[in-house]
Amino acid sequence: MVKVGVLGLQGAIREHVKALETKEAEIIVVKRVEQLEDLDGLVLPGGESTTMRRLIDQYGFLEPLKAFAAEKPIFGTCAGLILLSKHIEGVDGSHIGVMDVKAKRNAFGRQRESFEAPLSIKGLEEDYIGVFIRAPYIEEVGDDVEVLATFNDKIVAARHGRFLACAFHPELTDDDRMHQMFIDMVLEFKKEGLATE
Amino acid sequence: MNQQTGTDRVKRGMAEMQKGGVIMDVVNAEQAKIAEEAGAVAVMALERVPSDIRAAGGVARMADPTIVEDVVNAVSIPVMAKCRIGHIVEARVLESMGVDYIDESEVLTPVDEEFHLDKRKYTVPFVCGARNLGEALRRVGEGAAMLRTKGEPGTGNVVEAVRHQRLIQSQIRKISSMSEDELMTEAKNLQAPFELLLQIKELGRLPVVNFAAGGIATPADAALMMELGSDGVFVGSGIFKSDNPEKFAKAIVEATTHYQDYELIANISKNLGIAMPGIEISSLKPSDRMQERGW
Repeated sequence: MVKVGVLGLQGAIREHVKALETKEAEIIVVKRVEQLEDLDGLVLPGGESTTMRRLIDQYGFLEPLKAFAAEKPIFGTCAGLILLSKHIEGVDGSHIGVMDVKAKRNAFGRQRESFEAPLSIKGLEEDYIGVFIRAPYIEEVGDDVEVLATFNDKIVAARHGRFLACAFHPELTDDDRMHQMFIDMVLEFKKEGLATE
Repeated sequence: MNQQTGTDRVKRGMAEMQKGGVIMDVVNAEQAKIAEEAGAVAVMALERVPSDIRAAGGVARMADPTIVEDVVNAVSIPVMAKCRIGHIVEARVLESMGVDYIDESEVLTPVDEEFHLDKRKYTVPFVCGARNLGEALRRVGEGAAMLRTKGEPGTGNVVEAVRHQRLIQSQIRKISSMSEDELMTEAKNLQAPFELLLQIKELGRLPVVNFAAGGIATPADAALMMELGSDGVFVGSGIFKSDNPEKFAKAIVEATTHYQDYELIANISKNLGIAMPGIEISSLKPSDRMQERGW
């Protein structure tokens, strides 16, 4: 059993909780910095990245989140991918900035261009329906980053060590394989951590 | 590639991303930037905020496209805009401009007193107002991907939004506790699509996101609407008709996120300045009640 948090400042929080609840995990909605303690992993949900960053700053979440990322696995979806990225096109600096990728915001266009499409994701046997909403994509990745999925040659899912990110919204479908992938990462990471202690 | 736009999942999903947030009415690029800076999840681009529409009287129409364009260019958060109830062309024009969400709104003067838009036909998602569950589900049946209470816009008086949210929530609870063989009669009573009642019974909530709107003027008002089960709030005149829009905007965002943290709401409500002037609902002439527009 692992303890996984969902950052609960704004966005599709309930959907992530619902997808994770069926797993071998205890789920905490994180609204305050103290709640990060004791967690084995954290999900950064989809929402408005600009808004989430404002709220992160307002509640002094940025440094605690960076400290958390230095030790524990994080899964970012859509806005969460932006928060994790080291580089963001057209923006100076980053947010949490731990994943060695360059992200482009609203890269597929505005809401009318938002779409869903089947994706072939590394590690998953059958296609996964990706729901892209004013979604970003990853323009460049560092050497240690594994690309998990592309759509029209754009990178839309990737893993960098203990960080998992996707441009689409796995929480908006009933398919929970991406969540399972993250829980597996958290379990694996916790086991390794215990082994080295 | 096999790529589909404008699906229910994509339209409703967009509203899911707005949850827990505040959507603010703005009339120009400068206000839009203030809203974004304060942490709004989206802005509603308008020619006039509801209280000014109320004061001006006459026919209220879709905003000048220049205003919408300026706002779209000024911010990176989503931009919504209002069209008149039943105005197919205003809706198509806004869609063609790349607006992210259209509000088929009773704040503007309806052009069709019988038919709302067939919102399923558009790629852009729609939000619509409702006073009760029947009205809410008729709009969802027409394709609305997001709902909001109507409240009484432009009054700075949250009483009607409270009434509408309480009623909708209690009607949802009633359906949740009914047996399936009672639902067709309930659908008849509510004048709502039967399939949507089945969905509510299964989910225990509406199949789309439901925000509060109409009369929210203070951080405590916003928190109250969250407490009553709203997924987020729209603030129309409440911000830019207050003494200090920057402070009000930030405080309302914070109160919405932490709606059960009363000490925090006390702190952010200190020295905010004067909220927008309010109107007692009973002093409105029946013809001035915007919530009666649409069915």
